[in-house]
Amino acid sequence: MKLFQKTASAILVSSLIAGAAQAQVSDDEIRIGYLADMSGTYRDLAGPGGLEALKMAVEDFGGSVDGKKIVLFNADDLNKPDVGANTVRQWVDEKNVDMVTGLVASSVVLAAVKVVEQADKLALISGAASSGITNEYCSPNHIHWTYDTYALANGTAKAVLAGGGKSWYLLTADYAFGHAMEADISKVVKEGGGEVLGSVRHPFPSTDFSSYVLQAQGSGAQVVALANAGADTVNALKTASQFGVTQSGQQLAGMVVFLNDIHAMGLEVTQGLKLTTGWYWDMNDETRAWAKRYHARFGSMPTMAQAGVYSATMHYLNAVKATGSDDTKTVRAKMAETPINDMFAKGGKIREDGRMVHDMYLVQVKTPAESKGEWDLYKVLSTIPGDQAYRPLADSQCKLVNKVAKN
Amino acid sequence: MSSVENLPLAALQPSVEQERMRAARRRRVGFCLALLGVALVAPLAIYPVFLMKLLCFALFACAFNLLLGYAGLLSFGHAAFLATGGYVTGYLLSQYSGLSTELGILAGTVASGVLGLGFGLLAIRRQGIYFAMITLALAQLVFFVYVQAPFTGGENGLQGVPRGHLFGLIDLSSNLAMYYFVLAVFVFGFAVIQRTIHSPYGQVLKAIRDNEPRAISLGYNVAAHKLLAFVISATLTGLAGATKTVVFQLASLTDAHWHMSGEVILMTLLGGVGTVLGPLVGAGVVVTLQSYLSNGPLGDWVHVILGVIFVLCVLLFRAGIVGWLRKLVRRNFK
Repeated sequence: MKLFQKTASAILVSSLIAGAAQAQVSDDEIRIGYLADMSGTYRDLAGPGGLEALKMAVEDFGGSVDGKKIVLFNADDLNKPDVGANTVRQWVDEKNVDMVTGLVASSVVLAAVKVVEQADKLALISGAASSGITNEYCSPNHIHWTYDTYALANGTAKAVLAGGGKSWYLLTADYAFGHAMEADISKVVKEGGGEVLGSVRHPFPSTDFSSYVLQAQGSGAQVVALANAGADTVNALKTASQFGVTQSGQQLAGMVVFLNDIHAMGLEVTQGLKLTTGWYWDMNDETRAWAKRYHARFGSMPTMAQAGVYSATMHYLNAVKATGSDDTKTVRAKMAETPINDMFAKGGKIREDGRMVHDMYLVQVKTPAESKGEWDLYKVLSTIPGDQAYRPLADSQCKLVNKVAKN
Repeated sequence: MSSVENLPLAALQPSVEQERMRAARRRRVGFCLALLGVALVAPLAIYPVFLMKLLCFALFACAFNLLLGYAGLLSFGHAAFLATGGYVTGYLLSQYSGLSTELGILAGTVASGVLGLGFGLLAIRRQGIYFAMITLALAQLVFFVYVQAPFTGGENGLQGVPRGHLFGLIDLSSNLAMYYFVLAVFVFGFAVIQRTIHSPYGQVLKAIRDNEPRAISLGYNVAAHKLLAFVISATLTGLAGATKTVVFQLASLTDAHWHMSGEVILMTLLGGVGTVLGPLVGAGVVVTLQSYLSNGPLGDWVHVILGVIFVLCVLLFRAGIVGWLRKLVRRNFK
């Protein structure tokens, strides 16, 4: 028995030594790049706030991992894929950056992750919406952290359906993104026993939504779903408010809506809107404590994308610490085998397609009477378990998903 | 008799004029060679991908300047040509892996030229603001086609275009090889523009710009001259777009958006409209500012700073940076 123990510990020790010998940090520094829209449409979603969240993560780690300094780079992608790709290329070529995070506009992200994949570095995407990032565009070098369109559309549609909204009318942005979302929503509605009474497609981008909103009102549907994003959603919501859509008994369901949109539009306009979010600051003591620290530094409450940057970076740094290496494959493997338990997610896990699966939340925007403060905007209606929220691997087109497991 | 007396004088005058022009050309060629020398060693000091981007935008601005500076036509739809070149090249290169890079770029360039012919035929019937508005409207049309068309990838753009092999031989995946290829493309485009400007055809273009009714009364087919200038400009813009797609390995809606049409106007005006080097300098300033500001602490201010520079340029030196420098040199050194 003693001999067995001795052998076992000898094996253990030798494997540890071997591990330590392999482990190393390139340039003796952990270099992180933060790429986001700092000056355009998506500024408030991630932007400078996300950079602040990243800095918080680095500071919470003490600025270094086992004596290896953490160095940050940041850049504005101006929402231009060529600027984003060029920046990331320069980072990996000249600065030897190990990990890139932030990453907001889908077109920029898809361009950036190609560069990251070629250079065999790691990208942790927190801001982008497109579910294609971990579907047809998946790679072993990026992880999609916070949310995606599939989870948002599915979550909201299922929950509204369960709440009794059986007849639907869709307001769709007329391009690939809107079409995909329209198809997703229609599928969920039909499977759930509801019906889609009609839909109208508006050009992307649009400013005048009055004719579309009038059609939606005239349809007599119980639910008006907004299969669009960004400024289009904001404009549609404003018009819907002016035309009294909710007051006349119809429900509004937003598919891609963020805390900063609601804050900017105000509760008067958005009250009653149901939407899905990956995270909300006012959920429990842990989220409130973190959000309070963030608010003290930055002056606004964090969006889910900003919280996602913090969570993703912490998880990455923990993996670097655990493996003693910043080698992409080593760290990626460690990140996948460690569940994510922090203020952002409980029991979150990273799938082979790069999707970080965690619980999503169905929320409703409060009325001005219910709200107790500037940032008291949502009430959480229900939790959507992660494995129901995200696209099941069985439906995945990702090349990394094991075909046997799919069947 | 009097005509015989005047003969020597008449024969003398053109030779003085010719001498002056020859000297000007020598200066120009010398200057361009010096620039080329700088461009050849530049990638040793500056990041090549950034330089390639600069060259692509410089070619774009030069092509635009041919139209605005020498034909007096303000097109507000040049983004459509940039994007068309990019998308066609990107699509062909990613679909047909056997296609060598230069053929892909050629296809994109030709496609832009054909589109330019279509635009031109419609737009040159009107002048001034109406011309600008028609080109803008057509470019928006093209933008929405690219938003919808399945081969462009819509909002996501066309990703992962292979750089491929030049003539099927030289591997362009190395940044340095790619840089010298882009430089060659730029020099070719720039030479075409130079040749056009300094040819008799270019002189007619300038005459049309300065006084169109007079050019008509002299018997020139003004519409055909304008159309040709438009097509050349569109083709070279397509060449810039196609090259840019190969450099970045992507084509996106940013290139088709009217912001891009505005950006090229900014570059040209900032550098100096109607000057040979103006667009080059303008593109350099705009691209460099965008690149370096976005990496710095002033990132949020990119648009504000560019706007202020533009306002200052319009208020203080309306001939643009190069125009202003030229005036300064003339005043002090001659």
